[in-house]
Amino acid sequence: MIPAPFTYKRAWSVDEALDLAARDGDDAKFLAGGHSLLPLMKLRLAVPEVLIDIGRLRDLSYVRDDGSQILVGALTSHDDLARSSLLAGQLPLLAHAASQVGDPQVRHRGTIGGSLVHADPAADLPAVVLALDATLVARGPSGSREIPAGSFFNGLFETALQPGELLEEIRIPKPQAAGWSFQKFTKRAIDWAIVGVAVQGGSVALVNMGQTPVRAGAVEQALASGAGPRDAAAHAAEGTSPPDDINADRRYREHLARVLVGRALEESAART
Amino acid sequence: MKVTVTVNGSQVEAEVADRTLLVHFLRDVANLTATNVGCDTTSCGACTVLLDGKSVKSCTVLAAQADGREVTTVEGLTDGSGEMHPVQRAFRAEHALQCGFCTPGMVMASVSLLDENPSPTEEEVRSALEGNLCRCTGYHNIVRAVLAAAPGASERRPS
Amino acid sequence: MSILGTRVVRTEDPRLLTAGGTYVDDLRVPELSDVARVTFVRSPVAHARITGMDTGAARQAPGVVAVLTIQDMDDLTPPPPPEPGSEVSEGAPLPLGGPWSEPLLAVDRVRYVGEPVAMVLTDDSYQGEDAAELVSVDYEPLPAVVGIGSALQTETLLFPDTELNVCVTSGEATDDAIFEGCDAVVERTIVNQRLAPMPMEGRAAAARFADGKLTYWVSTQNAQITRFILAGALGMDPGTIRVIAPDVGGGFGAKVGIDRDAILIAWAARRTGRALRWVETRSENLVGMTHGRAQEQTIKIGGTRDGRVLAYRLDVVQDTGAYPRMGGFLPFLTKLMAVGPYDIPNVQTASRVVVTNTTPISAYRGAGRPEATAAIERAIDLYAAEIGMDPAEVRRKNLIPPDKFPYTTPTGATYDTGDYATALDKVLAAAGYGELRAEQARRRERGDVVQLGIGLASYVEITAADAAAGETARLAVNGDGTATVYTGSSAHGQGHHTAWAMLVESELGIPMDKVTVIHGDTDLIPEGVGTYASRSLQLGGVAVHKAALDVKDQARRVAADMIEAAESDLELDTETGNWQVRGDPGTRRTWAEVATHAGADGLVAFVQYVGGAPTFPFGTHLAVAEVDTETGKARLIRHVTVDDAGTVVSPVLAEGQRHGGIAQGVAQALLEEMVYDADGNPLTGTLADYAAISAAELPSFELIPSETPTTINPLGVKGIGEAGTIGATPATQNAVIDAVSYLGVTHIDMPTTPARVWAAISAGADGRDNTENGEAQ
Repeated sequence: MIPAPFTYKRAWSVDEALDLAARDGDDAKFLAGGHSLLPLMKLRLAVPEVLIDIGRLRDLSYVRDDGSQILVGALTSHDDLARSSLLAGQLPLLAHAASQVGDPQVRHRGTIGGSLVHADPAADLPAVVLALDATLVARGPSGSREIPAGSFFNGLFETALQPGELLEEIRIPKPQAAGWSFQKFTKRAIDWAIVGVAVQGGSVALVNMGQTPVRAGAVEQALASGAGPRDAAAHAAEGTSPPDDINADRRYREHLARVLVGRALEESAART
Repeated sequence: MKVTVTVNGSQVEAEVADRTLLVHFLRDVANLTATNVGCDTTSCGACTVLLDGKSVKSCTVLAAQADGREVTTVEGLTDGSGEMHPVQRAFRAEHALQCGFCTPGMVMASVSLLDENPSPTEEEVRSALEGNLCRCTGYHNIVRAVLAAAPGASERRPS
Repeated sequence: MSILGTRVVRTEDPRLLTAGGTYVDDLRVPELSDVARVTFVRSPVAHARITGMDTGAARQAPGVVAVLTIQDMDDLTPPPPPEPGSEVSEGAPLPLGGPWSEPLLAVDRVRYVGEPVAMVLTDDSYQGEDAAELVSVDYEPLPAVVGIGSALQTETLLFPDTELNVCVTSGEATDDAIFEGCDAVVERTIVNQRLAPMPMEGRAAAARFADGKLTYWVSTQNAQITRFILAGALGMDPGTIRVIAPDVGGGFGAKVGIDRDAILIAWAARRTGRALRWVETRSENLVGMTHGRAQEQTIKIGGTRDGRVLAYRLDVVQDTGAYPRMGGFLPFLTKLMAVGPYDIPNVQTASRVVVTNTTPISAYRGAGRPEATAAIERAIDLYAAEIGMDPAEVRRKNLIPPDKFPYTTPTGATYDTGDYATALDKVLAAAGYGELRAEQARRRERGDVVQLGIGLASYVEITAADAAAGETARLAVNGDGTATVYTGSSAHGQGHHTAWAMLVESELGIPMDKVTVIHGDTDLIPEGVGTYASRSLQLGGVAVHKAALDVKDQARRVAADMIEAAESDLELDTETGNWQVRGDPGTRRTWAEVATHAGADGLVAFVQYVGGAPTFPFGTHLAVAEVDTETGKARLIRHVTVDDAGTVVSPVLAEGQRHGGIAQGVAQALLEEMVYDADGNPLTGTLADYAAISAAELPSFELIPSETPTTINPLGVKGIGEAGTIGATPATQNAVIDAVSYLGVTHIDMPTTPARVWAAISAGADGRDNTENGEAQ
């Protein structure tokens, strides 16, 4: 119920945040909205000795049109994403998926950056940025670097971020194809996805079908060769390794993936 | 560390452990015990308060994160003359509480929901309250109360 | 016009809405000004011998006041053995003692994950969590017995002095003679799954022991019973114990009395001399508070091909968890109510109770009766499917007709009053049953992905099963004309303060806002029973009513003396609350005047009302579900009910009870289950995993009014608290199965999760019969 003791530090700039992180090294974690990290700490599954609060970095909360791409600050809350008229017009997939994260209270606090860096395989936004071929911009002591979404999610709760690096921005190329869909299958409204699907045009990414979000490559190939939604969807489980848990076994998840990809592709086509 | 939070319009300042949760700051430092703790996985919403006007689960916010900010709890909804807030009045009129344990959080979540969506449909109300659990009421009257308190009318009122 | 039956808002609410309730964790009374916090160390393993414990590091931790283990319990004498005749009449003493005894702190063995092993006392709760982690316990794991099958077959015994893991056996249900002559017979083994009551406020208690007296605050449904339990456990005279139930955040049967964890708080307060407070976390609550249900039921039903049920068998195996608390008794209620509202000539019931390495089972909203209704309602639907008859029609053909009351069932229950067919008809009409079936047919014809299911449950339930224990009320009219009611009932959300004030206003004309109701303090109310078993209105409310009548009689004498008139000439105008000579308002006297004139004795009545018998509310629920046949996800879209609990004193309160009951009933059918793995580890030990139902999963409910008074008490009232749960679960389960029955599905065990429904659909599609769990084979 209560986190183990830690030292709280507050950063007022990215530079300060990086500085504090460099000093405390492996003992420190960044705290954004706290809705991925604090729940773990309250159950004492995570016991960082230092928390660096970056929640005051207002400069990292934005949604901007940069011509050929949309720039999203890492500290933009899910609620702000969901309400962004810019996203509603240019990237409705992201806006809609953000509106499905948790519940209103969680969305008021949780951030896209926090969710991506936490890299829970059942989270919604990692699959979305994967489907959108986003680039994640990380800043560290030695400067900034760009990481393609496809290289960002490396394993269960593991990303390509190095210790001491901060996720600053998510850059999303404006989609060529207008069609999109987000299918989140849950038992209850508040639950994490048992299986989820993010579609943008011919890009299909899956939630909770492996230790990381995955692109449904076989589906994309089928689409590219002219297959219709349901025929393409038949390939949805190929190359995946879905978990077994109390909500679903592997076989059921594979079935859900096929059904949901089919529905997502149909919905996406209807939006084109 | 020293934390200063404006709670229901009054400044509350105290030296607290860094790991102090906002809900405990409110209950034990500000002595406002209406806000309750109902779970330990950010699931139930009993601890919902407004932080800078937006509903949050105060069990998953550090007091340090609320430092310098404004918090409103259910105790702060009644106006200076003792008049209940429209949401509180509606909860009473519609029998939207039984044991009362989830109620402060449910009321604050409802206040926030109506602030963001003044004319919700029944479906929107139910969806917006998915993070607030109640074991007593079956939600039926809570939904009625929120719809009744809405500044805008909704055409689909349950009977 | 009487206020009874009118829509009155609750008197409890302004405080709860503005300042919040005062639950145990909110108490800021002087006696607790230096209170220390208790954190339990609990077993992380399901079955093990304790071979060592090291509290040294914990004792050194910041803020630690004391660390207490079994070694410190040298001040308690073992409780006396149960007295002969104190056993429950059905033959299952609760809790079982002897070889099945449950200790307070674990002695040398743990039997469920969450069993308390040690206690850490600290200045604050944060330190308590830190220090509890430092207590080191050595466990030598034993094989875990998990699940009924394992308990029946295993050679691992939870209690070494016993021969089996079966602690109660009652009845035999093996004689198939009653099914001979039945043209259609169906048999099935079904599961009524384990649930967590999950009140929003978990368990909590605070205690102060000073000058030989114990003051004890606890989140309980029964302050007086709690005092009795503490007196026995601590070897104290009840007169030296004061129990106070402050605001209680829900109970649902799991807070009846107090359990070992709560007793330990009182013991520790006495042992250390410190005031103590314990407030469990939700994770503790999900494994430490008792669970509900957990029965495996073999049902067999037989009858004619034209819909007349002739024989029914119910064979129950109750998983009671690691220790037989009330779980040992629940199947007796299940068997008692086995036949439901049906006129079935031949009934057999049997039960066994087994122990397993899981959280103990006790009462949970319905306590044995939802299990009975779920079983017979599944049986009726299976039988209807077997003979190809509409399930509503089958029910109508077998419901006990209204001219047969009082009706004694073959299982020994005597139903007082009822009109079961009317309840069914009202629900079918309100739901538009014909149109629903037509819509179902249309969707099947079209082969829609989303199919419609309609599920029914007709039920009767027993309330105030312990009517003989009665309830108390003391009513005083004060010199200022206000009234005070001291009730033995113990509301934890039910609104008794409002209802009892309505009863006083109705009888005496004293307005509700001048009536104060007090409960839950043994210093003020030494005799009382408390609130559970849907008993409070028909026992506690009737006691208030009778006390009001008594006070009225006293007042009549006093008023007659004041006015110098004959008692027979006097009337009480309940509109104004004035006593006067009939037809002569000029003689009027107010309650204040009469009470003042009554002198030192005042106007006080104390009633200990013993109920004549239990009463039997009844009803029908109809659930409409949509099932996505590609994913298996079921959604409840309508729920229509009659819940007839006799005369309705407060429609607002009655509706609230029905709503809450329905939601918990639907939750069992669709979502909730406490799940353990084979090693006895809980897999649903937090609210992230235990699928408690939210507003987003429910529709608004359609409640139909119906009042068939009982003859048992003068108010004509029965109990409503658990009825909604009892009807809602099988109606919802039946609806989900009905939605996919055309695909070959005959049964799906609860909860009908998407995975289960999809597995059943898959099995049906392959032409395979569904297994009990709807799992494809």
